[in-house]
Amino acid sequence: MEEKDQKNPAGEGQENKETGKEKETLSGKQMKRRDILKSLATVPVLGVFAWGYYKKRRYDQIIKKVIRDEVGMEYAPPVMSSTPVSGKQLRLGIVGFGIRGPQLMEAAGFLHPAKVDKLREAAEKNPRDKRYQEFMKQEDLNIVFNGVCDVFDIHAQEAMETAANVKRQGTDAKLPDNVKRYRTYQEMMAADDIDAVIIAAPDHWHAPITIEAARHGKHVYCEKPMTWTLPEAYAVRREVKKAGIAFQLGHQGRETESYIKAKEAVEKNLLGKINLIEVTTNRNDPNGAWVYPIHPKASPKNIDWKQFIGQAPWHDFDLKRFFRWRCWWDYSTGLSGDLFTHEFDAINQILEMGIPQYASGSGGIYYFQDGRTVYDVQQEIFEYPDRDMTLLYSATLASSKNRGKVLMGHDGYMELGSTLNVYADRRSDRYKKLIENGDIKPDVPIYSYVPGRKNPDAITTATEQYFAGRGLLYTYRGGKRVNTTHLHIKNWLEAIRKKTQPSCNIDRGFEEAITNLMGVIAMREGKRVEWDYDKEQIVDLKPIPEKLQETNLKPIEYLG
Amino acid sequence: MKRSCDYTLGQTTFLVTLRTLIGWHFLYEGLAKLANPDWSSAAYLLDSKGVMSGFFHSLTYKPSLLHTVDFLNKWGLVLIGLGLILGLFTRISVFSGIVLLALYYLSHPPFPGLVFSVPAEGSYMIVNKTLIELSALLVLYVFPTRIGLDALLAPLFKKKSQR
Repeated sequence: MEEKDQKNPAGEGQENKETGKEKETLSGKQMKRRDILKSLATVPVLGVFAWGYYKKRRYDQIIKKVIRDEVGMEYAPPVMSSTPVSGKQLRLGIVGFGIRGPQLMEAAGFLHPAKVDKLREAAEKNPRDKRYQEFMKQEDLNIVFNGVCDVFDIHAQEAMETAANVKRQGTDAKLPDNVKRYRTYQEMMAADDIDAVIIAAPDHWHAPITIEAARHGKHVYCEKPMTWTLPEAYAVRREVKKAGIAFQLGHQGRETESYIKAKEAVEKNLLGKINLIEVTTNRNDPNGAWVYPIHPKASPKNIDWKQFIGQAPWHDFDLKRFFRWRCWWDYSTGLSGDLFTHEFDAINQILEMGIPQYASGSGGIYYFQDGRTVYDVQQEIFEYPDRDMTLLYSATLASSKNRGKVLMGHDGYMELGSTLNVYADRRSDRYKKLIENGDIKPDVPIYSYVPGRKNPDAITTATEQYFAGRGLLYTYRGGKRVNTTHLHIKNWLEAIRKKTQPSCNIDRGFEEAITNLMGVIAMREGKRVEWDYDKEQIVDLKPIPEKLQETNLKPIEYLG
Repeated sequence: MKRSCDYTLGQTTFLVTLRTLIGWHFLYEGLAKLANPDWSSAAYLLDSKGVMSGFFHSLTYKPSLLHTVDFLNKWGLVLIGLGLILGLFTRISVFSGIVLLALYYLSHPPFPGLVFSVPAEGSYMIVNKTLIELSALLVLYVFPTRIGLDALLAPLFKKKSQR
């Protein structure tokens, strides 16, 4: 029945014609005309639609133009160095193959065969899992790893197998047998067949290994924080500059598109005078609090404990300390060194504000009362009186409420993550007129940047904002997600080959190290620490190192 | 056959009004997406929940497939919109509209326990505006009117098929 009905409109008109040939008189023609008019009855609606559409588009475009003219930001992605790999093959070594070491090697193009198998299987099971595909497509950096060094035999063995897996194969392929394991980093630095080293050893080893490498003319990619103590910061800077090596500190955020756009926005004065910056850490799981798994086969027999301790205060063999060293001041600088340094470097990249004049802070062990000495909740305040600005770091390891990074100025504020949003302040002077006119709405970003998107626009819909905030937007469009650590290593290798400065060079590293340690000293000593820019030292520091030495410092030979 | 003739003026008027309004909605949804070069259905599809979510997620796996889905969605909306407003290929437009709305409804079913990234602008439980719009199209499917360009085209088709 419905079918019949459907044919109705057409069918009826048809009938008229077929049966009424003779009757094709005036009245027939009238009927036809009436039919035509009826059939065209809704066409004018399109005219109204077109008028409305034109009006709406014009309104949107005028608003966009007003904001664009005011904001003056480039909407195109930032120009990033992505020159193809050239020059001769570089020969690398890696020191430390615990958690970060394997990640760095993966970013450099080397993955353990068993892990290649795992990724491949995961990709076969779940087509959404692109890790295997991404790893296989990752650009070849034209490097080899000739040597590995780790004080734990099992990790050293895994490092050798990873380094040998040049062709990114699974366990079914036979590996070449050309990678050497070094028992000590000193032996590795003395080797002739190594040009550059990646350092992913615990924090209290960063400086000694970097200095040894520099003295042997090896280029260095060192994980953050640059140093564990204050004297080491000077020593590392001196030795790296003296040797003229390419030194890259492991703040891969330097390669993040949104940070580069953020710098542009600040330079174009979108925020007005920036007075407060808030950076945060919000973790809430044992792994995030460095309670890492302990290898079931680890024992004093396969760990060179004495070498692990190094310059740190002596402690008897303890698997917890070996695998979870970040929980003790004896080997790390806690939240500050592990996570604040990334935040600091991100802001330093955008504002180039360097070392603060004052640091103060406090912290406590509130949740992870597992024998650790570093704080799990802490706050540090870094003041820059010459710029009328304060940088605040607030961190917890026991709540994952996401607070992000916010830069606050008189005219606007910026929320910074993998995406970037700039909002006008409702009390802004600069945007006052536009806000009054309704051209700018304080709760809609005046500029937003979503990486991977071709033309980020000032006006985005509420829907888009929701998706962008959740990192859901454009993840699979255009195919490629890029690993920032890969880009950071590439940047370092390029610097070695072209004799240029890496993106997070020794000067940026020195600023990171001093700022981190000023904060740590302030927190642990409960005092406001001041930096003397001319003398390049902490004012009135004398009583501090002595006290620190009692707890965790031994003088090391190359301080001087 | 007689039935459409039996419609009162009011019945015909409001059936056509309903068809035109739904067409308008489709057409603007399509044009708004066409006007935004960065529009993609990826985020929407990835946000899908409920029994059919696996299917909707899978549409995003391959860029080529996603492009096809985006293309079909944008142009589908525009053509269905035009069809409904003008009464052109009405039957197929109404039917395609029902299919498209059913997909939207199934990708984001407002069932208890499912929460989506974009909060709804109203309060919905099982029934939402997509389902109501779908039902309205079902009404148009079973109560067709003879107002529209189809009436002009029909003789041409009929003549051709007679030859």
